[in-house]
Amino acid sequence: MSVLAVLEQRAGQWNRMSFETLAAAQQIARELNVPAAAAVLGRGLDALSSELGAFQLDRVYAVEHELLRDYTPDGYAAALRQLIGRVTPRLVLFPHSYQVRDYLPKLAASLGRAAVTDAISHRVENGRPLFVRQLFQGRLNADMRFVGNPPWFASLQAGAYRADQAVAGTAPVERFEPQIDAGQVRAKPGQPFRESQRAIDLSAAQIIVAVGRGIREAANIPLAQELAFALGAELAASRPICDAGWLPMERQVGSSGQTVAPKLYLALGISGAIQHLVGMKGSRTVVAINKDRAAPIFEAADYGIVGDLFQVAPELTAAICKLKPAG
Amino acid sequence: MKILVAIKQVPVRDSQLKIAPSGQWIDETDLAYEINEPDAYALEEGLQLKEKHGGEVVVLCAGPARAGQAIREALAKGADRAIHIEQDMNALDPLAAARVLAAAIRSESPDLVLTGLQSDDLGSGQTGVILAELLGLPHAGIVMEVEALDASVRVKREWEGGWFQHVELPLPALLTIQSGIRKLRYATLMGIRKARAKEIRIVTPEAPSGEPSLVAGRIYLPPQTKQTQIFEGPDAVAKLVEKLRFEARVL
Repeated sequence: MSVLAVLEQRAGQWNRMSFETLAAAQQIARELNVPAAAAVLGRGLDALSSELGAFQLDRVYAVEHELLRDYTPDGYAAALRQLIGRVTPRLVLFPHSYQVRDYLPKLAASLGRAAVTDAISHRVENGRPLFVRQLFQGRLNADMRFVGNPPWFASLQAGAYRADQAVAGTAPVERFEPQIDAGQVRAKPGQPFRESQRAIDLSAAQIIVAVGRGIREAANIPLAQELAFALGAELAASRPICDAGWLPMERQVGSSGQTVAPKLYLALGISGAIQHLVGMKGSRTVVAINKDRAAPIFEAADYGIVGDLFQVAPELTAAICKLKPAG
Repeated sequence: MKILVAIKQVPVRDSQLKIAPSGQWIDETDLAYEINEPDAYALEEGLQLKEKHGGEVVVLCAGPARAGQAIREALAKGADRAIHIEQDMNALDPLAAARVLAAAIRSESPDLVLTGLQSDDLGSGQTGVILAELLGLPHAGIVMEVEALDASVRVKREWEGGWFQHVELPLPALLTIQSGIRKLRYATLMGIRKARAKEIRIVTPEAPSGEPSLVAGRIYLPPQTKQTQIFEGPDAVAKLVEKLRFEARVL
């Protein structure tokens, strides 16, 4: 009755969130007084699984099959169902990645259960783990309790647990070969690709001015441009702005765009949906300008102005220009 | 092609939310509602597929009587008919909610089921994927483009960090649609007029089968984890600039 962390790799590369999940599994296992184990799925996992052998785990499962070489929800759900049957974990943890969103609900439902997705923290109550998740795009939290028998399933939000808290040790690696029939796998996946070479590397920017829905229309983008120019900043945006074509996709910050860590991140009219926050929460100083005091962006900000960005932004631009008359 | 689009009605984005005295849900009085944004894109994708390939778009919505407004909007935008499962869904866990929807979808046997990838209120992002499992359909999630072939669909799906992938699925299939992938249409006056004649079948669900596997406890405001200094009023900008220069030392 362990806590099992299901980790994620693609083409031999770890998804960085995997080690956050591993650290969480170790921590929760300690609190529940049960062993922690980890699993990774794919083909040709020797290098990755031996890396996991250097952590304090009861066991590492290398789930190997030719049909797991490329990700498919059918293949992954079938393999994990069999692994869970063999390991009988009490709790199964996943990183809340795009891949996990795609198969975890299916896996859990096939075992008659619902998962807690995108959890931000946990506590143990009466010997059972309880997970906290966000509602309304981060405006409210809710406590989620499992009822019924294990296994219980939860995926963890990026950054909710710290990878550097994972405890080193040694763990035996066990190869697990699930039975998967080619006929079970209905999707035909192509090779992953990137749309365009990234001309703009926002990850190197020292200062970023980012705009969100609050800018209202494309005609208002120059307000942000002028502020960015005054600050010597790169201009970035949340997803809706890029979807609308007001700024190019390569300027998008967030889970589907770039991850940035400037010394100053200035968010203009960005409400702070988690998909955006994961891309910028490594910033050293965060400033939020938003008319809605309840917007989650203020949670992530060091400084905030509650006000109309159409007044505040030009005023701020003018104040910055006064500081640096030479530009 | 028979396309079924599952939509949800949610509070308007950026609504001022208050927690109900029960501590279990928000206070719904005075809230305005709209079609969940990713679902609006799922509907748009369904309507465009129908316009290109012919067939029918059936809208499915589960929710209390007020959800009728979201259904009428979907019909006015061009859906052919609708099924309204009149039930408050908020207390159900994602599996129980999907079971309610699956029962209604089975009787329709659609070629393609579309949902938004997640809801703006609960945000579990599970309904579509669970539906695929319950209905025995192959699925793809976070879909950006859909191309209908003879007996299959070829989709472009999204991964993190600007990666994409094409996936081909045999029909019938289920897709969860990403927000922002197309321009949404508005309901026209003609559309609104035509919608009045369209069928809305009201279904009262049976009690959900199976035990719940999750229960939500109280809901609450997120605890402050970061000391945020907030400035308001006429000298807000001056104060901010001073802090950025002398405290954060970033200017």
